[in-house]
Amino acid sequence: MQNSYLMLGAALFAIGSFGLLIRRNPLVMFMCIELMLNAVNITFVAFSKQLDDVAGQAVVFFVLVIAAAEVVVGLGIIVAIMRRRPNVNADDLSLMKG
Amino acid sequence: MFATTVVDSITFSIAAAICLFGALGVVGFRNPVHNALSLVATLFGIAVLFIAQGAYFLAAIQVIVYAGAIVVLFLFVIMLLGVDRAENLVAERKVSGIVLALLLGAGTGAMVYIAYRAGLSTPTGEKSAMAALDPSNDLQVLGRAIFTDYVLAFEITSILLTVAVIGAVVLSRPAGGEPIDYEEFPDPEEDPALLVEDLGAND
Repeated sequence: MQNSYLMLGAALFAIGSFGLLIRRNPLVMFMCIELMLNAVNITFVAFSKQLDDVAGQAVVFFVLVIAAAEVVVGLGIIVAIMRRRPNVNADDLSLMKG
Repeated sequence: MFATTVVDSITFSIAAAICLFGALGVVGFRNPVHNALSLVATLFGIAVLFIAQGAYFLAAIQVIVYAGAIVVLFLFVIMLLGVDRAENLVAERKVSGIVLALLLGAGTGAMVYIAYRAGLSTPTGEKSAMAALDPSNDLQVLGRAIFTDYVLAFEITSILLTVAVIGAVVLSRPAGGEPIDYEEFPDPEEDPALLVEDLGAND
């Protein structure tokens, strides 16, 4: 039963990374990153249950907080860019690498 | 070791199906609004799985923080920027991207297959010396762990949140920045509060 949770986490992570590679809309790429973070959260909670260790749940708590901070900063950057250049996609932003 | 009842299996199957179809929706739908709503379905399924595993507090903050705050922020930005039009996926595909994605998917699939064939009933790790986690005092145990063992990480997290808030304010309000392109907002009556706020920021 616990293996099912791990496999679901792996499948969600694969779908999220696939989406991150094929999508070009920065907002949708962000959603795919959230998907991958949640896949890891499932794995952490499954191991936490399996090993009777609360550390897994503590890590999930920190992942949630950091995901929130990441979304705030990331969406701030996207809003700042898209105000100047509407309908921009990730390929057009490759110049950001400086 | 774990009492796997029929109810557990049914709950897992339904929640996992919701998660997977939501995830496919996030990747597959062309309209960003539909992507965000599919993400809500996935996050809800994951919250159900957390409850099934006895992590009640995490399920609660999963719904509050993710579905309640992050997805709403996504939808807000989608509406604010007016990017809620369909994205043409076909024209933007690149061969290198497809190859990379297929390689990654094949690799992950192979790992899942190996894990499945290995048929390990126990994880490769040391079981905690503490007693089994009791879902009825889940919050007490988690809170004690966060405020003792992980108190340094907790304090650093608070600094991170402060920095993120300041960074978001700096990013979204450039001093002397260019005005917003109001052609992107042809119908301001739909959300007058938003328009007033934006005008005030640029006056």
